[in-house]
Amino acid sequence: MKHDMIGDPLNRVDGRLKVTGGATYSGEYKIPGLTYGVLVPATITSGTLVSMDTKAAERAPGVLAVITPFNAPKVPGFQPGAAKPVKGLKLFNDDQVHFNGQPIALVVAETFERATYAASLVKATYKAAPFETDFHKNFDKGVVPNEGKYKDYVRGEADAYKNAPVIVEQDYMLPSEMHNPMELHVTIAFWDGDDKVTLYTKSQGVIGSQRAIAGAFGLDPANVQINSRFVGGAFGSSLRTWPHEFAAVQAAKLVKRPVKLTLTREQMFTLVGYRPLTIQKIGLGAAADGKLVGITHESHSQTAVYEEFTENAVNVSRFLYASPNANTRYKVVPLNVGVPAPMRGPGEATGSFALESALDELSYKLKLDPIELRLRNYTYTDPERNLPWSSKFLKECYQQGSERIGWDKRPAEPGTLRDGEWMVGYGIGCGAFGAYRSKTSAKIKLLPDGTVNIQSATSDIGPGTATSMTLIAADTLGIPADKITFELGNSSFPVAPTQGGSQTCSSVGSAVHDVCVALKQKLNSLAGLPTDSTAAIDYSSILQKLNLPVLELTQDSQAGDEAKNYSMYSFSAHFAQVYVHPLTGVVKVKKLVAVVDGGKIVNRKTASSQMIGGAVGGLGMVLTEEAVFDDRYGRYVNGNFADYHVPVNADVPDIEAIFIDKPDPIINPVGSKGLGEISLIGVAAAVANAVYNATGKRIRELPITPDKILTTT
Amino acid sequence: MNPFNYSRSSAAAGAIQSLVKEPQAHLLAGGTNLIDLIKMGVVAPERLVDINPLPLKSVEKTAAGLHIGALATNSEVADHPLVLQDYPLLSLAINAGASPQLRNMATVGGNMMQRTRCNYFFDTAMPCNKRVPGSGCGALEGYNRMHALFGASDHCIAVNPSDMNIAMVALGAVVHVRGPKGERTIPFGEFHRLPGDHPEKDNTLERTELITAVELPASAAAFRNHSHYLKVRDRSSYAFALVSVAAALDMDGTTIKGARLAMGGVAHKPWRLHEPEAFLKGKPATEATFRQAAEIAMQGAKAYRYNKFKLTLAPNAILLALQTASA
Ligand SMILES: Cc1cc2nc3c(=O)[nH]c(=O)nc-3n(C[C@H](O)[C@H](O)[C@H](O)COP(=O)(O)OP(=O)(O)OC[C@H]3O[C@@H](n4cnc5c(N)ncnc54)[C@H](O)[C@@H]3O)c2cc1C
Repeated sequence: MKHDMIGDPLNRVDGRLKVTGGATYSGEYKIPGLTYGVLVPATITSGTLVSMDTKAAERAPGVLAVITPFNAPKVPGFQPGAAKPVKGLKLFNDDQVHFNGQPIALVVAETFERATYAASLVKATYKAAPFETDFHKNFDKGVVPNEGKYKDYVRGEADAYKNAPVIVEQDYMLPSEMHNPMELHVTIAFWDGDDKVTLYTKSQGVIGSQRAIAGAFGLDPANVQINSRFVGGAFGSSLRTWPHEFAAVQAAKLVKRPVKLTLTREQMFTLVGYRPLTIQKIGLGAAADGKLVGITHESHSQTAVYEEFTENAVNVSRFLYASPNANTRYKVVPLNVGVPAPMRGPGEATGSFALESALDELSYKLKLDPIELRLRNYTYTDPERNLPWSSKFLKECYQQGSERIGWDKRPAEPGTLRDGEWMVGYGIGCGAFGAYRSKTSAKIKLLPDGTVNIQSATSDIGPGTATSMTLIAADTLGIPADKITFELGNSSFPVAPTQGGSQTCSSVGSAVHDVCVALKQKLNSLAGLPTDSTAAIDYSSILQKLNLPVLELTQDSQAGDEAKNYSMYSFSAHFAQVYVHPLTGVVKVKKLVAVVDGGKIVNRKTASSQMIGGAVGGLGMVLTEEAVFDDRYGRYVNGNFADYHVPVNADVPDIEAIFIDKPDPIINPVGSKGLGEISLIGVAAAVANAVYNATGKRIRELPITPDKILTTT
Repeated sequence: MNPFNYSRSSAAAGAIQSLVKEPQAHLLAGGTNLIDLIKMGVVAPERLVDINPLPLKSVEKTAAGLHIGALATNSEVADHPLVLQDYPLLSLAINAGASPQLRNMATVGGNMMQRTRCNYFFDTAMPCNKRVPGSGCGALEGYNRMHALFGASDHCIAVNPSDMNIAMVALGAVVHVRGPKGERTIPFGEFHRLPGDHPEKDNTLERTELITAVELPASAAAFRNHSHYLKVRDRSSYAFALVSVAAALDMDGTTIKGARLAMGGVAHKPWRLHEPEAFLKGKPATEATFRQAAEIAMQGAKAYRYNKFKLTLAPNAILLALQTASA
């Protein structure tokens, strides 16, 4: 691939629509006859529903239906022995309450306000059972998940760090964090007869949603149309089809009208996942020269009693640094809470916070610069799988980032640098995230006027997918970007993976590349040229000459054996300069530098924005975000946007995104490895380590709020 | 949210009449607090009396000082040239609160009357004596990181969340109210109350009274050159105070001629610090003086499980606010 245009900054092709309100989000479609669904939450934390009084709600003005476990029509996929059983919570299917806030009824009415009011009239009688939501109290009830990659891992000798000359052994705590995208989760569903249904829904993967809905309701997937053209942020919260989406479909069937179901902000704290509360123990042992002798990484995180959630929290410690001995242990603690979900950077961000903090602690014990310590343990092959990297430029990340942040000003002795009354410090945090590629298909249409339309059922939750796909097509076809439109977010388009795991550019980008190549070959043969001819093609005249109204092609694209023969990761090194006020404990991040080896960068502009967005997510993780539970009631006490603090603009410093921008020669024809997750992975440790450098206070429980600075000695 | 009636009132007498006639009528100003509370099911009014048409928006100089109408918006007050010139502390405090969008809607009267942000007050599924008298205090043994250090009771440890109120109390404002029996004034420091046995009562306004204005005394303009509002919070804007301090000094060279000091985020009412003020008078503006004042301010502080850090933060914030104000 020649990359003439790839890498050039291109404005978002849908930017104008988004900032002018011209982009229609899922909840904004005006469907004739629309009705509104409002969920009624359980107010106990565990137990059985004995009875429900829905009379007042049913009699309230404008109410069309009140669905409860006692009257709900059965959803085929919810039943035992179903052909395609639905995973997780099945609403209104039985009388069990597993967590506080679990929906126990759905009211459908002519307006949202009427549904909301009627929902407040639904009364439930429960038989409450004892419940457990206290993670710390139940820590010892952690279980090893069933899936293979979560089993204990040992390379060399387990816990070898204990016998090393220099040791760090510490616990690191991360509270539950909510995705909290600005756009609320919403689904509009309507049926056409008994066997066809259409959804406008907030989804990171329309094909995944299509399969889930079809499976649950026993439909032919071709009869399930999913639309999700614009998504107002998701961060992983729309990777799966959630209970309320099935409920909207179920309700629409019952009332025989379109139903729109929007979650409230408070409901989004329990019904659409979150980054789970996690305690990790890291043991590091090193020789006096800084060479690691052993790494031990253990993690306990919370999950739901009704569904197991797992993520790669400990895996990073198996391969990021050379160490002859490494072992990991991973457990989940089932509690009466909503089930977690991957949240941007997922487990890798959690794990990196612990590992990179511990490494920082080790650097001070060794009196070694933290970058030097990382260099001494640099690994040129993957020590976990004993395979070569497909590409790795982490050293280059260290070097460029340290220059840009001004690492030479970092004091070796913590708490010694001041600017006026503020204490100043510098920190680094690194990470890695698997570079994936899934089978993807794309359809291309060339019209006689020389314009090109490409479709694939991918999503855009913010990175600017259509923009980067347009660039890849322009580059491959050798035509200007403004001749190309790229469409996504529609389940009737060719199959694409869910937008998650930083694989869109790699997977969909490859399909776009391949379908463009196929088009060129087809045109060559139509013109009587050898298929691989590189002679310039006049796209605007060729169809006219052949008298063809359109030329249309669909192409599948998938990986070969690359992942068997190589270890493929994106790598990051984040650098932070922080100011800490000794009297108020306020931490201000003054500058962040995010350096990434993500392979080839397709669009510098959207890529930078993505890095900045991820860094801001990391700032929230390290400084402000925490979902607080009151274990006496099993309820969140800050389930709203005023008390759950995502960073605001005033918290966001100058963030510089630097790309190594070297194409990965193995992973795919574009050479791009992915940015979405890595943009966040390592940020928390960089800031926490900078706080230590500024103050000499090591804060191992996130978020680092002023109280912790003031009370840590 | 329950169904309710809505009416607009263009005369103060009419609005007061509505309150007298209907015990479940509530006044609606900017709506930024009341509407939220209705949506959360914390308040269930039978009638909303929209008072926005009342002629209570003016900010003007009077013989006594500065008269600020109860319906002047928070932004109008914060940006008003007379406020900026004579009472910059008030401007700083208002601008430290909420967000520009909210301040554009919020009014002076509404700000004074805003309810606590205690999470147990907001969540109808948890106990709260302020919301449902006698139901218990969820915060006492619960998540009480934002809660009071001073003047709390076993029935309620919530704090008054307003930033504006802290400056108002420091500047010695006077509240003008009107009720069925006529008009009266209340010193700002006596407007809000401590929870005691009746945490459901935030203040001393009668249910049938309307706030018409707040007046800042002319004498408080003496602090115009040396005032500071310090708000310590979990993020740089759009967060309630962990602790805030309004500090205003009248300086003669390096000597403090007079001082005004109040704290937010530490009590059920804006917490004026009379004793430290008296202590500062006539003293040199040094770190040692300020530390002593802070120490006096902290006498009688009582912390709970999650807000112990405020015992360190509050005196630090006083020191820093005084240092900044005196500079
Ligand atoms: C997300 C969020 C963040 C916020 N952050 C802050 C912050 O950091 N600092 C801060 O100080 N505030 C903050 N606020 C609160 C904000 O300042 C208040 O909501 C606002 O000041 C209320 O004014 P209003 O005019 O909208 O009142 P309304 O909501 O209209 O009324 C509030 C109460 O006052 C009563 N009332 C109104 N006017 C009168 C009158 N003239 N006489 C008698 N009673 C009256 C009403 O009946 C009602 O009970 C925040 C609010 C939100 C929603």
